[in-house]
Formats: sequence, structure tokens, C-alpha cells
Amino acid sequence: MRLITVAGPPSSGKTSVIIKAAEALRGEGVTVGVIKFDCLSTGDQVLYERRGIAAKTGLSGNLCPDHFFVSNIQECLQWGEQSGFDLLISESAGLCNRCAPHIKDVCAVCVIDNLSGVETPRKIGPMLKMADIVVVTKGDIVSQAEREVFAYRVRQVNPGAVIINVNGLTGQGGYELGRLLSAAEETVSLTGRLLRFTMPAALCSYCLGQRKIGSDYQMGNVRKMDFS
Amino acid sequence: METDRDTPPYSAMPSEELLRKHPYAEDFFTSLGLALPPPGESVGAYFGRITADTLEDLGVERHELGERFDAFMALLASLQEKRTGPAIDSITIQGGVDKSGAAEGFALTVAPGEVVSIVGPTGSGKSRFLADIEWMAQGDTPTKRRVLINGAVPDPSRRFSLEYKLVAQLSQNMNFVMDLSVEEFIAMHAESRMVNDVAGITRTIIAKANELAGEQFSSQTPVTALSGGQSRALMIADTSCLSTSPIVLIDEIENAGIDRKRAVRTLVDERKIVLMATHDPILALMGDRRLVFKNGGVRAVIATTPAERANMAAFEEMDARLTAVRNALRNGEQIDHI
Repeated sequence: MRLITVAGPPSSGKTSVIIKAAEALRGEGVTVGVIKFDCLSTGDQVLYERRGIAAKTGLSGNLCPDHFFVSNIQECLQWGEQSGFDLLISESAGLCNRCAPHIKDVCAVCVIDNLSGVETPRKIGPMLKMADIVVVTKGDIVSQAEREVFAYRVRQVNPGAVIINVNGLTGQGGYELGRLLSAAEETVSLTGRLLRFTMPAALCSYCLGQRKIGSDYQMGNVRKMDFS
Repeated sequence: METDRDTPPYSAMPSEELLRKHPYAEDFFTSLGLALPPPGESVGAYFGRITADTLEDLGVERHELGERFDAFMALLASLQEKRTGPAIDSITIQGGVDKSGAAEGFALTVAPGEVVSIVGPTGSGKSRFLADIEWMAQGDTPTKRRVLINGAVPDPSRRFSLEYKLVAQLSQNMNFVMDLSVEEFIAMHAESRMVNDVAGITRTIIAKANELAGEQFSSQTPVTALSGGQSRALMIADTSCLSTSPIVLIDEIENAGIDRKRAVRTLVDERKIVLMATHDPILALMGDRRLVFKNGGVRAVIATTPAERANMAAFEEMDARLTAVRNALRNGEQIDHI
């Protein structure tokens, strides 16, 4: 089975893109399963199942979503193997623009949309910078000039990635993305594999449930802004 | 096309020399939010002394910084080379099959400066056709079409390269999402295309766009305040001057506020291959040929006949009369007599 990690800012079109690619792959006889990672609630499992794509949901609740992802991905892989998928896609939102679920030697996709503005590629961390494939969406509603500037800015921060435009509504590009995904490497086990980048340093008093504001209540890994 | 001129590698070059020879290298540092390396220091040495904390914040590892920098410089070089590099003489699309699996049985070769119209109902396969061209399909898409550049199978690595993107699309429902003046907007595009004379080309584009637009706008007008016709005019002028894509797809040019024929001419003059999805008789007949789509395939390739061309005059006359009435309405006149 091939595992693909898909990440991207909220509402960038991840689910639509995955659905279009999965439908194109189904036409080629490839079965796809999806694990949707989210924080509070998601209706995406229903969206997938309505289109005949097997899906499972993992809600991180009050845990850091990316830590939750890493703690569960090996079990997800087992579920995918047992279900007999050819391709298992994990979908997660990059909520702090800092983390990435991308794993070394596992095909990593970042979905990012033209509407988010040309400064956005610079603001997104390893989720974009360390992706193998960058899918750019919502190209149909912005001007050609903005599409070109946006693609250039993406290439600036990730010169090595394959950049592909996919229209989540019409499906244009979905077939081509499917071809790229089905050429990914097989993943047998994740135990011992490495994340492409460290999760952010945490462990301050607020991680442990502190709610009061003020220096007296701040312990552990605390960093102060420089106002000088 | 590599020359020895730029060896030793970029990362070993003193920063002031690097920035003098390749001013756009500065973008690498700004895009990461890093200060420029001080004069005298090489990029490699600079990366070597960036603190672990900063690397952690940047979301990259030290060895990757160097690799990324090299890849970035290679991207710049290829973008610049493309601007002056060998041109595309022809693009050939060889037919595959339609949705029912029936052979299309056509081969279309288009050269720069040609106009081809695309006609057919919604869902007849026009988008797939463009996607095939963009993907440089080699029998590996549902239509099984093949695309040749200058009569030969293109290098597969070109599929995803920014500088060899085959199609620029000027779609009907496009918006500007950036809140910039026209001048800032075009300059930003020109910079991403590594143009040397950014100010000069920006002026040219704005002047060209004003020739096409019915109502004039200035370089200081915010792009979001442009009318539909002015936006179209600006994007046509911009694409004709800045885009490196040999094919420009226009999906219908609405009648409002833009000289349609001149707009197409502007692209033709810049040696673009113009594909136009339109059912406007004046535009459709400007095409040398038109592709008729049905059931996911190209059903026919019709060459515009001399008789059709002759009818253009009649259509233009009708169009001029309608335009006159429209202008009369705009000016608050009575239209009792036409």
C-alpha cells in the first residue's frame, strides 16, 4: 500500500482535491481510503462516503493535532492494510502553519489556495517547504498574473517540489494528481520512521492546563517578545 | 547552457558579488525572513553560523538551506534562460478517443500567431482538451491524446516546470484578490518573471491595456476598482507582454468595455497561439480554424471559409449598431430611432 500525507491550511480545498484524485484513480482500478484528522468536528467523512470512498475520522480534541496525528498514524496504516486499499491518504489541517505531518520517504502533499494571497507561501512552514507535491487550488477565480506570481512564490520557498494546479470543483488536474500519487513509494511500516521536521517545542504551563495570565503563572518553555 | 562564468558555485561567492550578478537572489533571503549576508561573507559561511534556534523557527535544517539556495538559483537561471531561449515553433495535438471510446481522428498543428476557436456545449470536453495540452499528454489521460512540441515528444520534466507552462488562461470569472494599484500589481508580476526593466514594461502594459479598454484607468487605480472590461484589457496586455506560455486560452470576451478584435490582435502580435472558447460570431470567425467539441471529443476541425469571413462585415455592422444603442443608453439619450 502507498501512504500519502496531505496537509494544508483550513478551507484550502484538501477534501475536494482528494475526492477528485480518488475518483480519477478509481477509474483506473485503484482503491483509495482516507483518514481525516481534525480538531473539533468534521463532516468530511460523510462527504467521502457519499462518493464511495472509505474514510475514518480522528479528532484530536484538546490535544495538539499534529502530535495526535503522529501518535495514531501507524494504526491508520494497519487499518488501510486490513481494508485492502492500494492507496491510503491522511488528511490534516495545518492549524499553526508551523507543523507538518510529513514523514521521511512517505509522499507528502501540501494543498494551498490562490485566494489566500501571494504572501501566504512565505508564512507557511515545513508543511509547504518540505512537501514533495504542492497542489494549488482555486485558480479559476483569480487572474492569470496572480496565478503566476503565486506559483513563483511557492517555488521560491520550495524549489524542489512538483507544483500542480487542481480545480476542486471541475476536477481539472485531479486525474494528473492521481497519476502522481499512484507513483509514490510503498509504505510497509512506519515504526522507526522519522518525521521530516520536529514538532514545535512546547511544554509550558499552558500546555498543562494553566489559564491564568501573568508572568507568575508562566513556567517551562516560555519565550518573550522583544519590544526594545 | 551552463557556462563556466559563474563557477565557483553561488554559495561560495562573496555576497556582494552574488547580489550584483544576480539581484533576484535577494528574494531567497526575504522569502525566509532572513537578513542578507553581510558584504564579504559567502552564502555558505552565512548559513553555517545561523543559530539552531533560528533554523528551528524557519522550519528547515541547516544542510537543506544550502540545497534550497542552489535549487532557487537554478530556478532563477532557468527562468532567465527561458526569456531568451529557443522559441516554440509549433504545437501538435493528435486525437485520441471521445467519451464513448470512438476515435477522434484528427491532428491539429498550430503555430505562434494563429487563432483557433473552440465551440461546443458545456461539458463537451473543452476543459479536458486544455488539461491535455497543459499536461503534455502522451496517451496517458482518459482521452489518450498526444501533444508534440516542435514535432517531437517533449521532455517529461517540462510538465511541472514554471517556465515551460504551455497555457495561460484568461477565464471569464477571474478576480483580483490583491489590494494593489495597477502599477504595483504589474510590477510584482514582472518581478516574478525576472524582467530587467520592470518600470518600463509596466508602463507599456498599462498603455496597451488602455488602448483596449473603453474607459481609461490610471497606473494608480486599485486593481479591485477596475471594471470587468478594464480587468480583461489589463490581463490581455499583461499576458501578451509577461507570460512565457506560448498558448493563451481566452474563455469568451464579453462585449462590455473592451475592443475584442484588437484584444485578440494584441496577443497575435506577440506571437501567441490564441485558443478562444467563444460563441460570439465575430470572435469565432477571427479564428483560422475552429474545433467542434461533442461528447468529450473533437468532432470536427472546420477551417473558416472565405464566405464566412465575408459575413464578418455584416456581423460587425450589427455589432456596431448595438454598441451605438448601448452608448446612447449610457449617455441618457432616447433610443426611439435606430
